[in-house]
Amino acid sequence: MTKIDITLTVNGEEMTGRAEPRMLASDFLREVLGLTGTHVGCEQGVCGACTIRLNGATARSCLLFAGQLEGADVTTVEGLGSPRKMHRIQEAFRRHHALQCGFCTPGFLMTVAEILETEELRTDGDIRDALSGNLCRCTGYEHIVRAVRELVNERDGVTA
Amino acid sequence: MTDTPRPDRAQTIRPKYIGKKVERFEDPRLLTGRGRYSADIKADRMVHLAFVRSDQAHARIVSVDTSDAAEAPGVIAVYTAADLPELPELSAPSAMKDYHATVCPALARDTVRHVGEAVAVVVAQDRYLAEDAAALVMVDLEPLGATADPVAALKPDAVPLHDNVPGNKVLERSFATGDAPGEIAKAAHTVSGRFRMRRKSPLAMETRSYVAQYDTGRDQLVLHTSSNIPGIVRDELARLLHLPGNRFQVVSPDVGGSFGGKGSVYPEEIIVVMLARELERPVKFVSDRLEDLTSTSQAFDEIIEATLAFDEDGIFIALDAEVIGDIGAYSIVPWTAALEPVQVVSFLPGPYRTPHYRGRVRGVCTPKPPTGPYRGVGRPMAVFAMERLVDLAAAKLGVEPDEIRRRNLVRPEEFPFRIGSGIRWDRSGFLECLENAVAAVDVASFRKRQTEARENGKWLGLGFGTYAELTGIGSRIAVAPGMPINTGTETAAVRVDSTGAVTATFATASHGQSLETTLAQIVAEELGVRPQDVTIKQGDTSLTPHGTGTYASRSAVIGGGAAIVSTRALLKKVQAAAGVLFDVEPDTVETGDGEIFVPGTNHHITFGDLARAVYSDMKALPLEARKPLEAQEAFDPWLGTTTAATHVAEVEIDAETLEIRITRFLVAEDCGRMINPLVVDGQVHGGVVQGIGAAILEELHYDETGQLLSATLADYLIPTAAEVPTLEVNHIETELPDNPGGFRGMGEGGTIGAPAAIANAISDAVAHLGIGVEELPMTPNKLFRLIAERQEKE
Repeated sequence: MTKIDITLTVNGEEMTGRAEPRMLASDFLREVLGLTGTHVGCEQGVCGACTIRLNGATARSCLLFAGQLEGADVTTVEGLGSPRKMHRIQEAFRRHHALQCGFCTPGFLMTVAEILETEELRTDGDIRDALSGNLCRCTGYEHIVRAVRELVNERDGVTA
Repeated sequence: MTDTPRPDRAQTIRPKYIGKKVERFEDPRLLTGRGRYSADIKADRMVHLAFVRSDQAHARIVSVDTSDAAEAPGVIAVYTAADLPELPELSAPSAMKDYHATVCPALARDTVRHVGEAVAVVVAQDRYLAEDAAALVMVDLEPLGATADPVAALKPDAVPLHDNVPGNKVLERSFATGDAPGEIAKAAHTVSGRFRMRRKSPLAMETRSYVAQYDTGRDQLVLHTSSNIPGIVRDELARLLHLPGNRFQVVSPDVGGSFGGKGSVYPEEIIVVMLARELERPVKFVSDRLEDLTSTSQAFDEIIEATLAFDEDGIFIALDAEVIGDIGAYSIVPWTAALEPVQVVSFLPGPYRTPHYRGRVRGVCTPKPPTGPYRGVGRPMAVFAMERLVDLAAAKLGVEPDEIRRRNLVRPEEFPFRIGSGIRWDRSGFLECLENAVAAVDVASFRKRQTEARENGKWLGLGFGTYAELTGIGSRIAVAPGMPINTGTETAAVRVDSTGAVTATFATASHGQSLETTLAQIVAEELGVRPQDVTIKQGDTSLTPHGTGTYASRSAVIGGGAAIVSTRALLKKVQAAAGVLFDVEPDTVETGDGEIFVPGTNHHITFGDLARAVYSDMKALPLEARKPLEAQEAFDPWLGTTTAATHVAEVEIDAETLEIRITRFLVAEDCGRMINPLVVDGQVHGGVVQGIGAAILEELHYDETGQLLSATLADYLIPTAAEVPTLEVNHIETELPDNPGGFRGMGEGGTIGAPAAIANAISDAVAHLGIGVEELPMTPNKLFRLIAERQEKE
């Protein structure tokens, strides 16, 4: 199959990669652009490990073709923060031990980044519902919910 | 300079790190996408594999035509078993009497024995091209018939799966103490049940992934694997492929969970290593989710028919059990098929005093993927059956579930206590955990709520799951009887280098257990440095002469034990060198927070100062005092430690839709001294939620021909955040176990207690309908059928 050039903005940087148009966006980010922080857990759009933000909204990169990223503005987990300068969401996850093996974590972080902007999240039940599109097998979700609760309270100026 | 002596620093400033909520050192890289999992590895000239897998459960291979695939774009080679004359076979021999070891070629040779078994492999320039070509391989299979049901597979008319396994019975084992059948025959009361938990998937979020690289010039092979047992993989592949260990390195980099599924040796690991050497190129294989669900080892499907006899006061007298364990098509390497089913009969009597016990287990081959280790091994099923019997007994006598447990649990003064299967329980908080849980849930007020709710069309139920388990098993006990290797020891090497930095090396392998943090806490506390100044290395066979990995709740007890004995040996060397430097008795030298000092004196240096004196400054110390600051010791707990807990679940069932919601979950557990409470809680939470999955959601549905009907994550459901309640965990510390750290293993308890507690809670909720739970997972559909069957009988 012929390869095409795909030009997009990733984490604020314009990049061009060459790929078959049928390549999954998740593989394009990982294999072609070398951004291996986006993980692939099912390729069926269920587990959420590959969640990225596409033009501001969360998307399953395993359900997109690389060709669909042409001209897009993409944020991956690498765009949130670095080990030396973590994003506030990443710090909250660390503080609450909201990750164990870390495989599902990038997807959760991207989802949390979105729901903090778009959802009210008044109760822990709301948080659980908002996270229910991402699977984690390690944590039992308890510490993830606590990390998100802290972030929501911070956002809302509530002292827990 | 003042003459005021320094305060006793050991008493005043030496911080304690064990028991602190230290934030994990793994996190900065894993949170920012800088982790390195096997699938992230790239190498120049790397080729990719796609396997062609059987779509039938049991069939003779008539032919495999690879000619079209070989011509496809980007294809480098296509192999079948016929193309690889030296293809190794996986087999796990056992010294157990009447055990029949199965043989599994790394690619199927004449016969396929489960859907998903690899028949051919395509090597191509990328994974897409490899999959395109794999679709062109024509496999002609002649069906041989299949008996997928484990009970039917033991019957005389069943289709035999292996020539060397008569009647499909791969193993049989019995335990007997006293005269259980005789006591049951004359007992005042008995309760019985036929219990079953269905096949599940360990379902790590990272699928199995392997990269083999061959440095032709140096004749060095490196396998990066998503395994949690790199040492075992190294030893087994070295043997099968005739590779010396010094030319074959197995590395488990960041690993995305296992839950048992990555804790065995796999055919694909053999193939990637073989092909890397054959092709002299890096070879990568990353399984997709379908392959994960059909070729990764699965979790037990077992049936227990059991009877419990007890007297008028509810005191247990005898337990009798017949167990059938479906082991799948092949016994798992290296653990053998005995691993899971034999542990069921070993642990069935549980934490209770039951003088008479008879248990027999038979392991049966069926044309399905092998069952292998799964978090909790043997105990989830044993505890489910026993705890149901305990509740049935309580109901029969009209006493509360907590009361019957209180009357029968092994009491503090009775330890060590040997149960009917021969397992020895050491002191652990059996009763303490129960009482803590009972106090937290307030059974009486629950009963009031339960009555009120029933009037409003909501069925509430409360269920207990009380258990004990052996963790950190030492060399005295084999994790499976007769298995070819013993896994009872671990070694640690701890050293201070010439910069004064501390590195501790282990043969453990973290796939989420936080060992880079907890082992650093242990070394730091024992040596007198800060945890963040200790680097933990593990999961790489080139670092240690031997070691097996992380599984079976062993790394805190055995790895932690090795950390302590090694660090103490190193501390002696530090004290000896500092003693010469300070001209004092070594025993008077103390350490803390990275400093080395003698309390009450002005002798006070850093580890960096000492390292310079020992390694770089040849004048400060005489030659005989300049011994390398390094120690390596092994630790073997000999037996193991006993961990106990009581889980309590509260459920709410909608009388209309039969939806089952878990509304409260509480764990009261005794894991001894906690190294890091955050990590302990995380392990408990994760295990409990996996147990919730096993109780109400997770089932690999196989039809009677051995076809998997739930082969995607849309069909095989695991809990999401929305199905799980807030999890409460209470820690009880009774007398510490007899090991250097006072640690008990606790990584598996969640999956052990939760299914039983939920089964009892659901049974309690529907008790007024005259039904109870005998099978897990229990779903609205199955509940509907139970109710309908009951109504038909009336």
